[in-house]
Amino acid sequence: MLADKDRIFTNLYGQADWGLAGARARGDWDGTKDLILKGREWIVEEIKKSQLRGRGGAGFSTGMKWSFMPKQSDGRPSYLVINADEGEPGTCKDRDMLRHDPHKLVEGCLLACVGIGAHACYIYIRGEFYQEGSNLQRAIDEAYAAGLIGKNACGSGYDCDIYLHRGAGAYICGEETALIESLEGKKGQPRLKPPFPAFCGVWGCPTTVNNVETVAVVPTILRRGAPWFASIGRPNNTGPKVFCISGHVNKPCNVEDALGVPLRELIENHAGGVRGGWDNLLAVIPGGSSMPVLSKAQADTIQMDFDYLRDAKSGLGTAAIVVMDKSTDIVRAFARLAAFYKHESCGQCTPCREGTGWMYRMLTRMAKGKATMADIDLLDAVTKQIEGHTICAFGEGAAWPVMGLLRNFRPEIEKRLGQQVKQAAE
Amino acid sequence: MPKLKVDNVEVEVPAGYTVLQACEVAGVEIPRFCYHDRLSIAGNCRMCLVEMEKSPKPIASCAMPAADNMVIKTNTPMARKARQGVMEFLLINHPLDCPICDQGGECDLQDQAVAYGMDHSRYKENKRAVKDKEMGPLVKTIMTRCIHCTRCVRFATEVAGVDDLGLLYRGENAQITTYLEKAFASELSGNVIDLCPVGALTSKPYAFTARPWELRKTESVDVSDALGASIRIDARGNEVLRVLPRLNEDVNEEWISDKARFACDGLKRQRLDRPYVRKNGRLEPASWDDALSVAAGKLKAAGPKAAAIAGDLCDAEAMVALKDLMAGLGSTSVDCRQDGAKLDASVRGAYLFNAGIAGIEQADAILLIGTNPRAESPVLNARLRKRFLSGRLKIASIGPVVNLTFPVQNLGAGAQTLSEVAEGRHAFFEVLKSAKKPMLILGQGALARADGGAVLAAARALADKAGMVREDWNGFCMLHTAAARVGGLDLGLVPGAGGRDVAGIIDGAGKGEVPVVYLLAADEIDTRKLGSAFVIYQGHHGDAGASRADVVLPGAAYTEKNGTYVNTEGRVQLGRLSVFPPGDAREDWKILRALSEKLGKPLPYDNLGQVRRRLVAVNPFFGTLEQAKPGAWGAFGQAGSMGAEPFASPIRNFYMTDPISRASPTMAECTATFASGAARTGTHD
Repeated sequence: MLADKDRIFTNLYGQADWGLAGARARGDWDGTKDLILKGREWIVEEIKKSQLRGRGGAGFSTGMKWSFMPKQSDGRPSYLVINADEGEPGTCKDRDMLRHDPHKLVEGCLLACVGIGAHACYIYIRGEFYQEGSNLQRAIDEAYAAGLIGKNACGSGYDCDIYLHRGAGAYICGEETALIESLEGKKGQPRLKPPFPAFCGVWGCPTTVNNVETVAVVPTILRRGAPWFASIGRPNNTGPKVFCISGHVNKPCNVEDALGVPLRELIENHAGGVRGGWDNLLAVIPGGSSMPVLSKAQADTIQMDFDYLRDAKSGLGTAAIVVMDKSTDIVRAFARLAAFYKHESCGQCTPCREGTGWMYRMLTRMAKGKATMADIDLLDAVTKQIEGHTICAFGEGAAWPVMGLLRNFRPEIEKRLGQQVKQAAE
Repeated sequence: MPKLKVDNVEVEVPAGYTVLQACEVAGVEIPRFCYHDRLSIAGNCRMCLVEMEKSPKPIASCAMPAADNMVIKTNTPMARKARQGVMEFLLINHPLDCPICDQGGECDLQDQAVAYGMDHSRYKENKRAVKDKEMGPLVKTIMTRCIHCTRCVRFATEVAGVDDLGLLYRGENAQITTYLEKAFASELSGNVIDLCPVGALTSKPYAFTARPWELRKTESVDVSDALGASIRIDARGNEVLRVLPRLNEDVNEEWISDKARFACDGLKRQRLDRPYVRKNGRLEPASWDDALSVAAGKLKAAGPKAAAIAGDLCDAEAMVALKDLMAGLGSTSVDCRQDGAKLDASVRGAYLFNAGIAGIEQADAILLIGTNPRAESPVLNARLRKRFLSGRLKIASIGPVVNLTFPVQNLGAGAQTLSEVAEGRHAFFEVLKSAKKPMLILGQGALARADGGAVLAAARALADKAGMVREDWNGFCMLHTAAARVGGLDLGLVPGAGGRDVAGIIDGAGKGEVPVVYLLAADEIDTRKLGSAFVIYQGHHGDAGASRADVVLPGAAYTEKNGTYVNTEGRVQLGRLSVFPPGDAREDWKILRALSEKLGKPLPYDNLGQVRRRLVAVNPFFGTLEQAKPGAWGAFGQAGSMGAEPFASPIRNFYMTDPISRASPTMAECTATFASGAARTGTHD
């Protein structure tokens, strides 16, 4: 269990002042000038040494991502874009950070800008996050007023402007290139890669897109040192991480704990345990709705970090843990998730546009017992026809949950086949 | 030059090529729906997936730049399976209405389904149905068939330069639409029909008319404007059913204007299919022999006083025959410039689009003088837009302020501004002078006026002064409006010594000095002013000329004869016979040959080969097919002062500019939809 002294988000629950004074009291904006003056290479090197991996879902090495940015400008400016379009079902970590600790993000933006050589940062916030956006804007205003950002940020001689941009609530705009399109004022549809944003991003300029949490932990890493961060968790899966526990637990919550914490410990220590006891557990989605579901047998032993979950054919994703107890109609639950993906597909590329609707319709039939054995195999084939064939990762995000369901709960679906026929006969 | 391996074939391709293009170099065809050479890359259909070594997922070959040491496999189980999957997805919501779909037989989806489709459908849910969209009188929509490749949207925004089309909504509810259910307002809109890989966008006038395998295809050249776009005429029996563009990088790439495409239904209406002679004020049907005798009698009596005007759609064969016939009568009053443009036929460089249509792409500063290329030649305008999009172009205009689909700096309205620029007193002169390849495009609107000769001289002076005419570059470009004009000028169909030009002929006819006027398909003159002159009209449509005529000799339209046309850049092109002229109508040079027989001075050619040899004898350029070279440069234009009235484009309604388009119901619908007010009556007053 993570010691209190190792917590980064010390105001995650909003018990203290979220404004500048409160943030300063928690150690934010302390010695930021010195960190900036240590220079770009030092910052990227520290982040690399800390082995910080992106907290937005894909878990890509942040230091590596930053090092892709051009060292020497070819005349185009570089940009930092913060992805605060938190829309993954089950995920609510960024929301609380923006609400209760916005200065962590603002300071992180400044340091990340130094790390990638950018002088402007755009924070793309989900439109529904009204209060969070207001708080963040106030934090930005406070930071400007205190001379922490803007011209000569923190007196370091570095210029850094931060802008807040509200989205309109499309899930796909959380995909980094769709976010860039949306930020440019276009329809939020993912771009083809290559070129990658580090070469050609927002307005055709080199861009790094980072998740809120990724950037918000940067100041603390730089202050406390990469070795401290790397000592938490296990190699390549380091640091504390905010987990969002929801579903059939007694006390749903956001909680910060070390990566690699056993799932059962996490649920029982922080969320008051599964409703009706651990044995009443049916399934757990470990990383937001896009990650394959785990059975109870897997949940018994799983440890929550990127590599453990990858080996279990699932993923840490956004670390949003959705707990389902035995009262859950798991097929119906996944039919509902499929409806979400059908609704949120941008419609640009064929497999996702056509496949999400097909999966949704088949799952709905299965939930009602109006399916045949062949349908189950067909559904499996459809998920494989979507996975890996789309422009962006939304295709995987839509296909994986269904794949997980079929892998772990196939008997549940089979049990239901022909049920309606039977009911009708009776 | 990246080197990569495609299916074990090593290829080296130019930098910037995509994997799909590299595959084509290697001789492997990759199926595709959304990819198109001339549009931006969307990468959304996912049909072109191929396997790349070291990549866990198949890659979209249309979007992946070719790089060194790539190993591409196009025919592995992984690639095939990926394409089969995509094909299945495309088909699940595609209706099974191929038997009643106009795309049938030329449908990319149908063709690819043969290669990658399954033998049965696994989709048991209800299929999606989408409400059809209104796109105007030309494009018919059956949106349930749409596979969302967005080619039409990209064409509209990139090539046509209008943002009327777009993709609304998302996911499986995504729909191609015109947003406000209004007509697709572009002169190039018909091209989306060719671009649509399925039957979602089809031709409205052609709906349910024919199957592609029933059609006889003839490669020909378009005459609806002076661009001379390469076309394919599709006919069944003796009826032209549709016109499609043909690939010609130097001229029209693969686009044609809506007039070129859809005016063909005018070929079936208002046709002159037998000779007529006016008796007691009425045109009465007559035999060829009678009609020719009457015409010959009048011409003989008139002798050198007879005059002839050649129209806008004439082939060079007919025009050379007319020239020879009039020469036989001793008349020098011959003119091919119906609009009265003060073109100078003595210097070829004076009336050609010297830089060539493709040359537009090299120009870095362009001045448009008295022209609206969007109406006068939409495909050429698309080329200008393409040049604009590639960046670093300075473009300005003198003349009317019009929306050309790209921003143009308007310097002024008329000759005043032109002389300022030509004399170097205007800032844009420096722009032209400092440009590497400056160009001026001179429209007929600036020349078809009393001071046209002076305007031409001023333009010439500007070209010389700004360094537009050099060994390696000639930026003096004349944009004609008529397909026949350059051919006529090449043949010297301008008044000889003591001859009258068009204005002179009309004036003379009105005063009784010209007893006989021979109109070779000339309909754009004011026939009311011909006074009591005896008018012989030879042409294919009952338009202005025929209604005034005393003798009507029915000729052939461009689809009905083997004719030679010279486009605005001086490119000699052959139009080919697709169907026969209706009824008793005949090919035009043959009519003139028969008439010469009646006159007792038979023209010295009896077949097409001999006529064409005569063409080459008159002007050797007719021996150089499909080539465009800058014309010779020399002194031309007339000194004089220029008037104050502003330049105006000669075309007020793009959809009705010639007898064929005026007879076309489709063009009439377009006029009702797109043209407004006074312009609806066409070019006539």
